[in-house]
Amino acid sequence: MHPIMKAALAPKPSRRAFLAGSAGLVLGVHLAGKARAQAAPTMVGGQFAPNAYLRISPDNTVTVLVKHIEIGQGANTGLPLLVAEELDADWSQMRAEQAPSDPVAYVNTAFGIQGTGGSTGLANSYMTMRQAGAAARAMLVSAASEEWGVPAGEITVAKGVVAHDGSGNSASFGELAEAAAARPVPVDVTLKTPDQFTMIGGDKVTRLDAVEKSNGSAIFTIDVFRDGMQTVAVVHPPKFGATVASYDDSAALEVPGVIAVRQVPSGIAVYAENTYAAFRGRDAVTVEWDESEAETRSTDEIAEEFLAAARAPARVAEEHGEIDAALENADRVMEADYIFPYLAHASLEPLDGVIEHGPDGVEVWSGMQIPTTSEMTMAGVLERETSDFTIHTMYTGGSFGRRATPDNQFAAELAHVAKAAGPGAYKVVWTREDDMTGGYYRPLTVHHLKASLDASGNITGWLNTVANQSIVAGSAFEGLMQDGLDPTSYEGSNEMPYNWPANRLSWARMESPVPVLWWRAVGHTHTAYATETFLDEVLEAGGKDPLQGRLDMMRDDRPRDRAVMERVAEMANWSGPGTGDRRLGIGLQRSFGSYCANIAEVEERNGEPFVTKVWCAIDCGVAVTPDVIRAQMEGGIGFGLGSTLYDEITLDPGGRVRQTNYDSYRILRLPEMPEVEVSILDSSVDPTGVGEPGTTPIMPAVGNAWRSLTGELPRRLPMVRAAS
Amino acid sequence: MAISLTVNGDPITLDVDPDMPLLWALRDELRLTGTKFGCGIAQCGACTVMLDGQTRRACVTPVGTLEGADIRTIEALESTEAKAVQAAWVDLNVPQCGYCQSGQVVTATALLEFNPKPTDEEIDDAMAGNICRCATYARIRQAIRQASDNLEA
Repeated sequence: MHPIMKAALAPKPSRRAFLAGSAGLVLGVHLAGKARAQAAPTMVGGQFAPNAYLRISPDNTVTVLVKHIEIGQGANTGLPLLVAEELDADWSQMRAEQAPSDPVAYVNTAFGIQGTGGSTGLANSYMTMRQAGAAARAMLVSAASEEWGVPAGEITVAKGVVAHDGSGNSASFGELAEAAAARPVPVDVTLKTPDQFTMIGGDKVTRLDAVEKSNGSAIFTIDVFRDGMQTVAVVHPPKFGATVASYDDSAALEVPGVIAVRQVPSGIAVYAENTYAAFRGRDAVTVEWDESEAETRSTDEIAEEFLAAARAPARVAEEHGEIDAALENADRVMEADYIFPYLAHASLEPLDGVIEHGPDGVEVWSGMQIPTTSEMTMAGVLERETSDFTIHTMYTGGSFGRRATPDNQFAAELAHVAKAAGPGAYKVVWTREDDMTGGYYRPLTVHHLKASLDASGNITGWLNTVANQSIVAGSAFEGLMQDGLDPTSYEGSNEMPYNWPANRLSWARMESPVPVLWWRAVGHTHTAYATETFLDEVLEAGGKDPLQGRLDMMRDDRPRDRAVMERVAEMANWSGPGTGDRRLGIGLQRSFGSYCANIAEVEERNGEPFVTKVWCAIDCGVAVTPDVIRAQMEGGIGFGLGSTLYDEITLDPGGRVRQTNYDSYRILRLPEMPEVEVSILDSSVDPTGVGEPGTTPIMPAVGNAWRSLTGELPRRLPMVRAAS
Repeated sequence: MAISLTVNGDPITLDVDPDMPLLWALRDELRLTGTKFGCGIAQCGACTVMLDGQTRRACVTPVGTLEGADIRTIEALESTEAKAVQAAWVDLNVPQCGYCQSGQVVTATALLEFNPKPTDEEIDDAMAGNICRCATYARIRQAIRQASDNLEA
């Protein structure tokens, strides 16, 4: 998902007040009824029960209701930490719970609805969660002041203890919770200044989910069981755009444990007593497919068509200066084409969900990044009100964008499976093959680049044309289109930090029945490699060092780009790419509000690039949880490196996906993971994204180092391509 | 056909299709959900369990082959090595999404049970079969080294 997803456009809260509850201290942001109605007119009734961001229980635990799904990025640690900071709580008393679905109470202000994506989670919660914590603290102090008969101003709070030195009184939050709930809610709270932080920026915070994710007790969607629950596997089309013409379920119905076979819009659903029977039944269904609307081109054919479009004039997205004149009058013009494959997210937990419905309502357990629209989709399918729904957002075995589909693909399938079978409980589990061959890929993308140089080797013009399918056009997020342009298609190749006299960025919108989707870092996953590796070549042609050449043309209004470059260069003792068996390459990318630079050290091993070490400098504003940030950089680098070296989805002639599982879709494995050193720049700017920005600078860094080593820059990724 | 085996120290009789992979018997029949499904073809390691003291991919192990077998899952790892591994996992904040980590912890535990002082290369070899899509690999390596050091101390 994307930060500019403001298009969903719900009204801003018109008034804020804090609600106090009875069972302990319950705090939340209460919003005017009118705003709620405007935000989601179909959502009325019990679904809008008073909402809350935190609960303090008499047992002295502080539970933060986290409005963002925990998909590994650390939401369930970062948001509680913001509350704990202003509350002056002890970290050991903090708990995290996924918030229920409520598009107003738990709005992501970057989207206008509840949702996780675009690396917005912490940035979006930075003030709200702190205010919630500060208000709770003020109420606890107020309660203690009254109970002890001492001035509130003399009361201190530290590590979960409220105390008054003069009288010798002290109490835990739990002891004060009930009294605090009766105190008036403060209208304005004063937040700490950064120099007063005791927890934000602290180096050693244990993730709240670390223990249960190390001993097998964390409950994911696939671990949910309901009484009488049937497990369902769905036969999906073998080609994109194919539909069911007819099917034969006789063999499937003979599989022991198979209960029923029913057609749903996405394919043929096999209902069974357990997963094994469902998967066997799925394999036993015979389907005749109507392929008249299907994609039957191979990815080689698709890439050829995209390449032709990238070489032709396309819709201009960004332009300044006289680029045509610059190219015409150049001392030298360089040119390059790049091809990037479709990529699967390949999250380890396949798409799955549990739905239970009956006269009393609908309960859903799943990992949905946009619960608001998923709920609306399911309500539509089941012809019910969204207020009938209870969504349990579960721990989720990775997403990387896959669980945030604008068409709510999986939620729709889940609801259709439930509708076709009638009241009851159903768990839908995709196989790995469903996931790998099921589309919703990072778009196959072509870049066509040209640069003009003057006699001194300075860049006088930069032209880039990007050709790919649009993620948002024609989707529920069509509103993100700007003048016929989908910024997610080329983000990162616009607003570049370099001071060029002339440039033009264009975009050619391509079509295919292959569904495409945001994939961790979205457009940056191709723009970073194309622009930053081409730039290295152009700088070298002009006789310039990759680092100094970039710094020399850095725009004055991009000091943060400069700072991460200088920091990473210092970390790696940069003095050029080097000359031996190991070479260094550099890469820079601003994305999701953050600035990230990498230097990769690369050697050749068994004829393939092998990355031995990566230095990473990140400026993401205030570093709330530095260890989580480092983890996201490490993981992002591994994720991005895997796609640079190995990941690729291809369609064979006829349109079938070749890669069906991890044996044919090669994922980075532990022996291929480089040592990573991360440096976080000091900042007092409000926090920005970390989930995605670490993914892309590694891509050009490896490409540049490899070119230094071999003289060849791979222009079609991945670098290690399987024989086709 | 009923199969008798030991799971986490308890005698168990499974009356299921003998071709049913152990993974689904553990999860669907015994509700031991710590062992995860990732690929179904022994490529990702999320379903790694201990079978008679050695790691085994539960997704490709038919229940019918397990008469008399001794199975241990993530829920009941009790060795000193397992405790050291899990403590290091928490101390270094290894998990992100966490879905693969049961398999990682079981594999790392088995490694240290057989080889308490693995070299970096031996760690790489032992862990190569366990995919982590979040790429927590750098910390997995560190955590195994830390657990090994703590076992020695």
